[in-house]
Amino acid sequence: MMPTVFPSAMWRWRRRSIRLSAEPALAFEAVVRRHGTVTAVDGVSVAIAAGRFVALVGTSGSGKSSLLRMANRLDAPDDGRVLRDGRDVAGLDPIKLRRETGYVFQNIGLFPHMSVAENIAIGPRLCGESVDVAARLRQVGLPEDHARRMPAELSGGQQQRVGIARALAGGGKLLLMDEPFGALDPVTRDQLGRTVRALHASEGLTTILVTHDMAEALLLADRVLVMAKGRIVGDATPAEMLAGKAGAEAAALVAVPRDQAERLKALGG
Amino acid sequence: MISALAQLPPLIASHLLLSAAAMALALIVGLPLAILAARRPRLRAVALGLAGLIQTIPGLALLALFYPLLLWLSKLVGGGIPALGFLPALLALSLYALLPILRNTIAGLNGIDAGVLQAADGVGMTAGQRLRLVELPLAAPVAMAGIRTAAVWTIGAATLATTVGYPSLGNPIFSGLQTESWVLVLSGCVGAAGLALAVDGLLALIERGIAKRRKGPIGAGLIPLAVALGLALMPTGTASTRPTITVGAKNFSEQFILARLIGTRLEKAGYQVRYREGLGSAVAFRALAGGDVDVYVDYSGTLWTGAMGRSDTPSRAAMLDGIARWMAAGPKTALLGPLGFENAYALAMRAGSGIGSLDQLAARAPRLALGADLEFLDRPEWKAVRDTYGLRFRDSRAYSPTFMYRALASGQADVISAFSSDGRIAAEHLVVLGDPKGALPHYDAVLLLSPAHAGDAKLRAALQPLIDAIPVETMRQANYLVDRDTDKATPETAAAWLARTIGR
Repeated sequence: MMPTVFPSAMWRWRRRSIRLSAEPALAFEAVVRRHGTVTAVDGVSVAIAAGRFVALVGTSGSGKSSLLRMANRLDAPDDGRVLRDGRDVAGLDPIKLRRETGYVFQNIGLFPHMSVAENIAIGPRLCGESVDVAARLRQVGLPEDHARRMPAELSGGQQQRVGIARALAGGGKLLLMDEPFGALDPVTRDQLGRTVRALHASEGLTTILVTHDMAEALLLADRVLVMAKGRIVGDATPAEMLAGKAGAEAAALVAVPRDQAERLKALGG
Repeated sequence: MISALAQLPPLIASHLLLSAAAMALALIVGLPLAILAARRPRLRAVALGLAGLIQTIPGLALLALFYPLLLWLSKLVGGGIPALGFLPALLALSLYALLPILRNTIAGLNGIDAGVLQAADGVGMTAGQRLRLVELPLAAPVAMAGIRTAAVWTIGAATLATTVGYPSLGNPIFSGLQTESWVLVLSGCVGAAGLALAVDGLLALIERGIAKRRKGPIGAGLIPLAVALGLALMPTGTASTRPTITVGAKNFSEQFILARLIGTRLEKAGYQVRYREGLGSAVAFRALAGGDVDVYVDYSGTLWTGAMGRSDTPSRAAMLDGIARWMAAGPKTALLGPLGFENAYALAMRAGSGIGSLDQLAARAPRLALGADLEFLDRPEWKAVRDTYGLRFRDSRAYSPTFMYRALASGQADVISAFSSDGRIAAEHLVVLGDPKGALPHYDAVLLLSPAHAGDAKLRAALQPLIDAIPVETMRQANYLVDRDTDKATPETAAAWLARTIGR
């Protein structure tokens, strides 16, 4: 659909975005999403500039996954608009949109009947393109000989590395990660977090990481959004968060890892 | 024993072809339906409910129900749909195979991890790509288990195709049951079971191949199946050149013997002969009129009361004349002539009861049990004799003919519906009750020809020598060769004995 279909709204937005120079890679405008009687996302408006690493933090049920799923039309908003590079996703082909977006799932979701190589190459294969599987494996820190293995032969951490390689294989610059390290042990979490941060920089990605772990968010992201009851209740840099400038909900979430760190220090001291 | 085994290969071939066709049809319908129903709870409930309901209908009844249904359909579209043979068997078996295919395919699709489906959407698969690349491969092992179950059921149930005139491994089972030839019954059962086990084993290989994503076992399963089907499809040599005549037979020994007597004569006259045996009495005449059977023996009284719907009982000659004229005018079939004996319905008792006729029986009937053959109690003759003499029995039960005689011998039945040409009447010293009021019509065995062959001079000439050639005593002896408890002969042997005895 062309912008002329929504003339007034579109024009208003375009004028404003021109003043702001570059379009945000992803923007939510007064987005509402309901599941039955529950309002999962309750009027969220936020814009994310290209190249940023944003963490979306909140307790379970705060609406962060629901918000993320609307970014590549896995779900559609009941109200409001979702924009990618300034264009309303409702007017874009959802299949094409998803192929151009990297998406990493909490439960990994590798295709169990396909080898590692087939899993990584699946997105481009759908468009008739091929992928340098070996290069993608190296990128996520896996040996090349893993290409022929089946997902069930890999550890959880290795599987999620393949999941990330699959998400990046399409060459999209937006990487959406929905609790990607949720099912992994702390050591693996830490290693994978570093890998993702390095990929973010080397590939020039815009990354959105949904997590309930504030420490992870503070260490990886350069902007942290805090969600509660379907709304954004905090929006700040990690430094501002630690300084207590992002509101009460954010402060409560920051208090947990800080308290833990102090107790650990006391034990060692 | 050897003759029983010799007739198996062509039956195995047609059995396999029918089963394969039924499975193919069930898969063509079942797989898309399962895919649609997997994500639609209401459609799923309806589809599984209907498939389950069909499963509760006894196989024999389901097959029989397709006969009138197809006749009606054929009439609706102006003819051309065969109501006997391959088509009704195919449809009934396909319906039977549907449930396991539907149930397992739906279970396989619903059992896929939600995270995997989410990932399929996430990488940008269209609905069709998701189905082809993810859902079907992942559901295949479970679906394949259902296909195996369906195949085994279908091969088992295909034995019932015999009853609608399609040759299958049910042929030796049904004719063996009628003639109490356990070798025949066993050969059919073992044949069907062996076929089912072999197919199940090959499908198991394919299932394993699918589950392990390996092509080797899939090929090892598919290739023998394809070769077997190819062999079954090969024409049986001489069949192509000579004209083929289908000889029909109802489901009792005399009919089997006469069919073989007719068939042997026709083969000598240069015809290729095919048998459709085990037809129900009402089905047989309609099969003749519809051209599914070319020649068979029926009985004048059966045609008079059944096909013609008459309730009077004229003299023998008047009845034959009336039938001949009715057949030529209405269904365009032909009555070639009587064979020379009657196989009339009669009521018979053990000797020594002091009852000699139906009017004497009437007074004592309320204390006696009637054993009837499977159709007698529904026939107009029974109503005629019951109403004419006022017969009221303590109990009446239907048996297959062989077991009916056993019931009389063991005392479970006191009176049975016997047939006058039955060799067991003399052999077991039974008393045939007199019919002083003439309530039962005559039952002359008559040779009938289908519309296509009603005016076929060559066929008529080949069969003419059988007209008025078989005395009732000779027919009784031939029947007894097959029906007796020990040293039983096959219908073929009895037919050969009969041909020698009557010098034809």
